[in-house]
Amino acid sequence: MNQITFILNGKNTTVEVDPEKPLLWVLREDLGLTGTKYGCGMAICGCCIVHLEGDAIRSCVTPVARAEGKRITTVEGLSNDLSHPVQRAWMELQVPQCGYCQSGQMMSAACLLSLNSKPTDSEIADAMSGNLCRCGTYKRVRQAIHRAAEIAHEKGARR
Amino acid sequence: MKLPLPMIAGCLLSIATLFALSESRSTASKAQSDLTASAAFAKAYQVFMHPRCLNCHPAGDSPLRGEDSRPHSGLRLRRGSDGQGVFTLKCTNCHQAQNQTGLHMPPGAPNILKDGALDLRNPRWHLPPARTPMVFQGRSAAQLCRQLQDPKQNGGLTTEQLIHHVSTDPLVLWGWNPGEGRAKPPITHQEFVASVRLWLEKGGECPQ
Repeated sequence: MNQITFILNGKNTTVEVDPEKPLLWVLREDLGLTGTKYGCGMAICGCCIVHLEGDAIRSCVTPVARAEGKRITTVEGLSNDLSHPVQRAWMELQVPQCGYCQSGQMMSAACLLSLNSKPTDSEIADAMSGNLCRCGTYKRVRQAIHRAAEIAHEKGARR
Repeated sequence: MKLPLPMIAGCLLSIATLFALSESRSTASKAQSDLTASAAFAKAYQVFMHPRCLNCHPAGDSPLRGEDSRPHSGLRLRRGSDGQGVFTLKCTNCHQAQNQTGLHMPPGAPNILKDGALDLRNPRWHLPPARTPMVFQGRSAAQLCRQLQDPKQNGGLTTEQLIHHVSTDPLVLWGWNPGEGRAKPPITHQEFVASVRLWLEKGGECPQ
C-alpha cells in the first residue's frame, strides 16, 4: 500500500492503496465517485473515461500511481451546478437512453471541445470512435456536441 | 574422501558441456562478425519487418496491431503531428508504462526521464512524428537500409544515436517483452543490436 496524492475535481486528494490498482476502482470504491463506469475492463468501450491533465484516459487500465501529483477530472467534476456546456447540451437534447456509457461519452466530448471548439461531423466521428453505445445514441451524441460548442460560444457560458 | 563414480561422471559431463557451450558461443560470435554489412542488415531487417516493430511504423497514418498488422478495430486513430495521437485518442490514453495482464490487454512501456532513467509511472507509447514517419511497412531491405541512414528521414539520428536507440529505447526493448499472446522477433535483442552495430560499423552498405 502506498499513499498517492492527486488533485481530484479541483481538490487535493490522498488515498492509501496498491499503486497498481486501476484508477477506476480507486474512484468508485475508495472515493465513492460512481459516475465513472466499468464496461469492458480492457480499454475498448470508453465507459471509464476520465481526464488526466486534460487527456481522456481509460481509467480501467490506468494504475492509480500514474495519477500521482496530477489533475484528475471525473464526470462529477465537469461542473458543480450542471453548467458545463456538455452537461447542458446533454440535458437539452436528452441524449442518454440507458445511460450506462454516457459519462464516458460526456468526458470524451468535453475533451474534444477543450481542444477543438467547433469540430466538424468527421472530427466528432473520429474523436468519439472510442466510445461504444449499445443503445445507439451516436446521432444524438453528435448533435449534442455541436450544441455544446454553440453553448460554449454564448456569452457567459463556462467551458 | 571417496566420491561415487556417478558424481565424478556428472561433474566431467558438466565441464564438457560448459566447454562446448562456450566454444559454440565464440563460434557464433565469430560467424556474426564475419558477416558483411549488407548481410548484417538483412539479419536486422527480420526484426524491422516483424509486427512488434512494424505495427508502430505503418505506411499509413494509423498504428497497427496484432500478428497480422491490422488496424485497431473501430477506433479512428491518427498519428498527429507529434506521433502521440489526436484529441481524445492519444496512444497513452490506453497504453500504460507496462503491459497489462491478460490476453488482448493493451501493451505498454515506460517513458524516459530527462536524466535517462526509466519513468515507471508514465507511458511512452507513440508513433514516429508526422515530419519523419519512419515507415517500415512495405519497404524492401534496400529501401529501409537507405532510409535509416538518411538524417532527413530518420529524425536526424547519427550512427551512434541509431545504435543507442535500438539498444536502449523502451519501445524497442518492449519487442522482446511484448506481453501475453504476442510473438517476439525471430532473433534476440542482443543479436539484433549486434547486427545493427556491425552493419553500421562496416560502412552501412545496403542489400541490392
